[in-house]
Amino acid sequence: MELTGAQILLESLGREGVDVLFGFPGGAVIDIYHQIPNYPNLKHVLVRHEQGAIHMADGYARATGKVGVCLVTSGPGATNTVTGIATAYMDSIPVVIITGQVPTPLIGNDAFQEVDIVGITRPCTKHNYLVKDITKLAKTIKEAFFLAQSGRPGPVLIDLPKDLQQQKCTYSYPKKVSMRGYNPHYDPNVKQVRKVAELLCKSKHPVIYAGGGVISSGASKEVTKLAQTYGVPVTATLMGLGCFPGDDPMWLGMLGMHGTYAANHSISNADLILAVGARFDDRVTGKLSEFATKATMVHIDIDPTSIQKNVHVHVPIVADCRLFMEALNKEMAAIVEEGEGCPPKTKWLEQTAEWKAKHPLKYKPAAKGGMIKPQSVVEALYKITKGDCIIATEVGQNQMWAAQFFNYKKPRTLLTSGGLGTMGYGFPAAIGAQAAFPEKLVIDVAGDGSIQMCIQELATAVCYNLPVKIVILNNGYLGMVRQWQELFYEKNYCNTCMDVAPDFVKLAEAYGAAGFRVTQAKDLEATLKEAFATPKPCIVDVVVDPEENVYPMVPAGKSLTEMILV
Amino acid sequence: MRHILSILVENEPGVLSRVSGLFSGRGFNIETLNVAPTLEEGVSIMTISTTGDEQIIEQIIKQLRKLVTVIKVVDLTEVKNVEREMMLLKVSAEEGKRAEILRIVDVFRCKVVDVGFDELTIEITGTQDKLTALINLMQRFGIKEIARTGAVAMRRSMQ
Ligand SMILES: Cc1ncc(C[n+]2csc(CCOP(=O)(O)OP(=O)(O)O)c2C)c(N)n1
Repeated sequence: MELTGAQILLESLGREGVDVLFGFPGGAVIDIYHQIPNYPNLKHVLVRHEQGAIHMADGYARATGKVGVCLVTSGPGATNTVTGIATAYMDSIPVVIITGQVPTPLIGNDAFQEVDIVGITRPCTKHNYLVKDITKLAKTIKEAFFLAQSGRPGPVLIDLPKDLQQQKCTYSYPKKVSMRGYNPHYDPNVKQVRKVAELLCKSKHPVIYAGGGVISSGASKEVTKLAQTYGVPVTATLMGLGCFPGDDPMWLGMLGMHGTYAANHSISNADLILAVGARFDDRVTGKLSEFATKATMVHIDIDPTSIQKNVHVHVPIVADCRLFMEALNKEMAAIVEEGEGCPPKTKWLEQTAEWKAKHPLKYKPAAKGGMIKPQSVVEALYKITKGDCIIATEVGQNQMWAAQFFNYKKPRTLLTSGGLGTMGYGFPAAIGAQAAFPEKLVIDVAGDGSIQMCIQELATAVCYNLPVKIVILNNGYLGMVRQWQELFYEKNYCNTCMDVAPDFVKLAEAYGAAGFRVTQAKDLEATLKEAFATPKPCIVDVVVDPEENVYPMVPAGKSLTEMILV
Repeated sequence: MRHILSILVENEPGVLSRVSGLFSGRGFNIETLNVAPTLEEGVSIMTISTTGDEQIIEQIIKQLRKLVTVIKVVDLTEVKNVEREMMLLKVSAEEGKRAEILRIVDVFRCKVVDVGFDELTIEITGTQDKLTALINLMQRFGIKEIARTGAVAMRRSMQ
């Protein structure tokens, strides 16, 4: 069958099971767009800015576990995706980005709208391709999808010149991929599994430290089983939230800079840490030299570069987290069977429970008639939804409160830019998730600063009737930066006051969405409920206490136990 | 410590920049770098000498292995190896000095590959130390130019 490059691309996307494409056209992809109507199984979502397209593809991927795909033109379209590509790269999210490129004979000539996107994205993609031979296109697409979702997942970019989109060749889609330089190692070593099981039985103060890898590998069930069966307390990174039920007695809460007292103290006093799919990010460890100094460190990760990078690991394990945890659960069962048992860690659990009770997450409630506390908004969201929704967040205080005051119970229910901390991520990511799950309630917890970074996607949400709910914790500040200025920069609030902002209610209406404003605590729940019942995209602009801060807080460079509490 | 890494890569556009970008992007230092095709079609070999403590070298090697276009990475420092570098060195050689320069060339078993009225170009192959020794000796005559390949290396047959 002879097909053009454009047809080969769309045909292959179909074979990869792609059902939505987030994109924005241009001269360098017009041939692909010309063919889109011929592929009715492929829904195209037209965005308003290419940054929106990549974040949507990313949100779609995080919510579903499938590969998200975006399609943009060359030059300015391609560079507009860079922030989103870096976001997906830092959080190991499988996305495939297809960019148009100027015709091959013009490449390297500073042609109109030419940019070396392969060069620009080399440091922030797992791999990328410039296709120069039409006969290699199908193979390249196959490889790109394989790379994006295997091993440690990540973004893969395919740059496709315009003349290749027009050229024809015989189409056959490869069944298998073989790349001699790429062989991720999945299977855990049997002896090491035994060793970890024995360490866990012997330990008195074990903690599971779970990261995003637990979610992406699908290890949640196994981690939960281990923790509940043997009574091992669990803490997670921001990326790991949802991998363990947030209402379980073994749950310690998030750890790190804005982590809970119980999580940070447990880590600091642990004698055994099982780090599963986490990478010891500096926002998690605090002062490295004082991180978990009493613990034997076991680190399981699919990516060998993550191991021994920041901390010394006693038992390094390169393996798929799910396969490892499965094997570990079996091994533990065998040990119990053998009669050696795994003594309960009663004293330790009493201790962690005491820490939890002593300093739970809290905030000073609003005075009567006073301004709404932002934390109470997140609490209200949890109360109304009972956790049954997908939460996306922007970045800043809103993100931390959304992490702290909502109990995530299932994986893939929190979409947040962890590694890069990208403002403007949440709303388009929420749209991507909503496109995958039209029936679910999808909420973007936003700051008044962040939401203005990709607000134009309201048009996209309205156009495709994707009823995402944006809940703005409107403090009139770039709150998180203001908090740092308050605590560490002599209250010099330089350029963090956003006193000129749009009227978000009118803005929502201008786009054809619904707008609500809440200024009184008594109206909060009713208004949220009304918004959730409205079958349209909505903005709920909640005017909150402008100078509320995120606590606990470990100041940068301090150890996890040196927390500022409320 | 100095390490010599031998890296087998797919011979395709952008490979060099992926490898060098990895070093620059992570703040690792490349001392010398050399690339050329191998016997196998489509495969090139890169030799990189770099310095760093054990942890840094471990990271470099793991990061290199992670690149999709990198087939194999070997730290030659961990095995017995043969290491060579080639250098061209242009030195001032006025009348009265020439004989002495030629004597040194003889002792070092290198060769003169180009002669001018008042300068000589010398080709030398050897270890880094040998090259450095020649540079030190030639300095007093006035070195005009040098060009070096950077180290190439191989595992010795009898380990
Ligand atoms: C694209 C981008 N630019 C700048 C920053 C730095 N930054 C981190 S948090 C923050 C403030 C966010 O303000 P807002 O969205 O209003 O949220 P709040 O902290 O008030 O909840 C800024 C500017 C960032 N993370 N991302």
